[in-house]
Amino acid sequence: MLLRLEPRGEASHGLSYATPFLAVGLTLIGGCILFGLMGHNPFEAIYTFFIVPISSAYGLAELMVKATPIVLCAIGLALGFRANVWNIGAEGQLTLGAIAGGGVALLFYESESVLVLPLMIVAGILGGMAWAAIPAWLKTRFNANEILTSLMLTYVALLLLSTLVHGPWRDPEGYNFPESRLFSDSAVLPVIWEGTRLHIGAALTLALVAVAWVVISRTLMGFQIKVVGSAPQAAAYAGFSRKRMIWLTLLISGGLAGMAGLFEVSGPIGQLVPSISPGYGFTAIIVAFLGRLHPVGILLAGLLVALSYLGGESVQIEMGLPQAVTGVFQGMLLFFLLATDVLIKYRIRFTQPARSAT
Amino acid sequence: MADTEQLGPPQLELRGITKAFPGCLANDRVDLRIMPGEIHALLGENGAGKSTLVKIIYGVLRADAGSVQWEGQPVQVENPNQARKLGIGMVFQHFSLFEALTVTENIALGIGGDYNLKELAGRVREVSESYGLPLDPHRLVHSLSVGERQRIEIVRCLLQNPRLLIMDEPTSVLTPQEVEKLFETLRRLSDEGCAILYISHKLEEIRVLCHNATIMRAGRVVADCDPRQETARNMAQMMIGEDFATPEYAASRSKSEPLLSVHNLTLPTDDQFGVTLSQIDFEARGGEIVGVAGVAGNGQTELMSVLTGEALCEASEAIHITGEAVGRKGPRARRALGAAFVPEGRLGHGAVPDMSLLDNAYLSGYERMALTRGGFIDTGGRDDYARRIIEDFDVRTSGAHADAGSLSGGNLQKFIVGREILQGPRLIVISQPTWGVDAGAAAAIHQALIQLANGGAAVVVISQDLDEVLSLSDRFHVINEGRLSDSLDPRSASLEEIGLLMGGFHGGTQAEEVASHAA
Repeated sequence: MLLRLEPRGEASHGLSYATPFLAVGLTLIGGCILFGLMGHNPFEAIYTFFIVPISSAYGLAELMVKATPIVLCAIGLALGFRANVWNIGAEGQLTLGAIAGGGVALLFYESESVLVLPLMIVAGILGGMAWAAIPAWLKTRFNANEILTSLMLTYVALLLLSTLVHGPWRDPEGYNFPESRLFSDSAVLPVIWEGTRLHIGAALTLALVAVAWVVISRTLMGFQIKVVGSAPQAAAYAGFSRKRMIWLTLLISGGLAGMAGLFEVSGPIGQLVPSISPGYGFTAIIVAFLGRLHPVGILLAGLLVALSYLGGESVQIEMGLPQAVTGVFQGMLLFFLLATDVLIKYRIRFTQPARSAT
Repeated sequence: MADTEQLGPPQLELRGITKAFPGCLANDRVDLRIMPGEIHALLGENGAGKSTLVKIIYGVLRADAGSVQWEGQPVQVENPNQARKLGIGMVFQHFSLFEALTVTENIALGIGGDYNLKELAGRVREVSESYGLPLDPHRLVHSLSVGERQRIEIVRCLLQNPRLLIMDEPTSVLTPQEVEKLFETLRRLSDEGCAILYISHKLEEIRVLCHNATIMRAGRVVADCDPRQETARNMAQMMIGEDFATPEYAASRSKSEPLLSVHNLTLPTDDQFGVTLSQIDFEARGGEIVGVAGVAGNGQTELMSVLTGEALCEASEAIHITGEAVGRKGPRARRALGAAFVPEGRLGHGAVPDMSLLDNAYLSGYERMALTRGGFIDTGGRDDYARRIIEDFDVRTSGAHADAGSLSGGNLQKFIVGREILQGPRLIVISQPTWGVDAGAAAAIHQALIQLANGGAAVVVISQDLDEVLSLSDRFHVINEGRLSDSLDPRSASLEEIGLLMGGFHGGTQAEEVASHAA
């Protein structure tokens, strides 16, 4: 018997919703096998990975804290991906947002004004935008591939942050640790769930999910983004400028990533440190696709992937497994999603070897 | 004549060929018989199942049921390679040639196996000369006209001494002189005993050339006839299965002021294989249909994109729409002035394939139909507009939510044309209005354009279909190598004159060829 892929003719809409769930299921099975091979009880490991982290109120709040930057970045990236603009550098834009917003916090260190926090958020957004503007300019002016430029700028951003916290922005009373001062109270995001780290940024993110949904489905701008992405010639015919969409989507995704970075430093972290994100900006790429580039899908996918971070920590603590487990799970998830996506356009047929066919 | 001889087995005989695709029965118990030396027409609208049948004969597809007999022997054609070995050659409608390689290199690639390029070049020259298909084996393909490219494909087939030659819509890209030449070659092949399966929807051609015709509709053979005995109208009705209204072409309209004027427009191309437009001058007045005839690849695409605003001119004054200089303005501004456009490509250019008809109505209507309020889509207005297009222009679809890509070519074209016409344009520029569209839809589109002109709008029709240009336009130009001829009157211009203009009388190898042919 042979396996054969046969084109469906028309893409299956039902399956485009079903394959993310199928991918999650396959990831679980893959995870079981993996844990089994490593000599652990697979069910116990899966339980520790997926259930233990969210079995307390604190754990649920942590889930949302982790999901916030991922979802923020992914929403912006999804807009770009829809327009065929491949911003891979959300991690760098996130870092720049943290630097710009954190810089404001350090600058107004003495201030107790309520305006400090809004100013930080604006600075964070502008920082991310500025970093994303570089690939936008290179793309529209020299047709430089934004995948490469945005990715390479990520490493520049990380080094810039490192330089700042090792040098000029190092805490003068910090015993030479490469960290900035702790932000003052006026520069820290208010907590909205007493006893947890859940901050107001999570609520803002939820609101932005709704806004993004409306923009994509109900506005001329969202329509332009979709047309530019799926039929560039038709977009030109309708008078939608591709260059404008490149600028627009890169600035929006950069701005949102910058905001995510600012939320991290003025929320859970509370200061500038050399490493502010365990790769949220890259994880957001997986989340954008897992969520089918749809804001609500991204929200759900973001929560799932946030769980993989918590689960990774959980199996590390309880079972002594390496931290790489997190990466392995995220990798499997993307791998299975891409693999099952084939089913949207193709169906599997079992055929007998050609000899006995009619 | 071959068709009257009933000696020996048929060259090719199909019995009960059935092929189903998901959701559609493309061929339903099709019988077809072609005698040696016969020129046999396969006639049908788009989607009638002609291509599927041909692909089965050529081994690209495999039939679900039915038998194929080749020279009296049952065969199973597994792939095109085997078809070629049997002696079946095929000239596709869309050529698969490498522009940056020479004629011989392209032929060598198509033949496969071992070959000696020098020897092959000699044979190419020999075959092309003996069949009246002049071709320089060492020319690069990108420098050749479409007619010459087609010769490469034909010569490629002839080198393998075919017993059956399949030609898919071969004349749609040729000048009248080239068509005449092609027919000579085909008749010669027929005299030598080679059978020809000729696919077309051009009824007059079939009447002139073919011995027999098989007419298909909705996957079935509906009639076999002798095209020399039938009228074109009869065959059209068999093809469509219903009476269709012939557009009222001849109408004298009063002309108003120029709504489109193009003056001294020159636009260099940045595409290696593109065409540079040079010194284009023409205008279209209200109430006037102006045609632009020409063989594909002579600058029609470039002309269209500079008229829609997808490409911008250097000088704003080069193009005026309803009196305003718009050479540096994009499509949106031009639409705001009352212009509408129908590009040649339907899927991906005039419409977004994976978006609904609602969204596709919005695509060009968002500005003129005021479907946007404060940046938000007026979904009620958009839906009404889309439904009105579907209703007024008889678009057959499962509903306004259907993806544009799910419509047949003719229906999608009716939708796009309808979308533009319902915007009440003062000027419409339409490229290839009925390319690949069935006869019923083509008549409806022509009628709509005529009505638009009757209502005082200016209509510009860019088409490679010379018959279409001649029957629709009040006057027309011929485009060749990016230059536009003077205005011609379709009632008085001779086919010979038009053909010479299409072939480019202003120098170059083609002109010499045409001249030597005419001599």
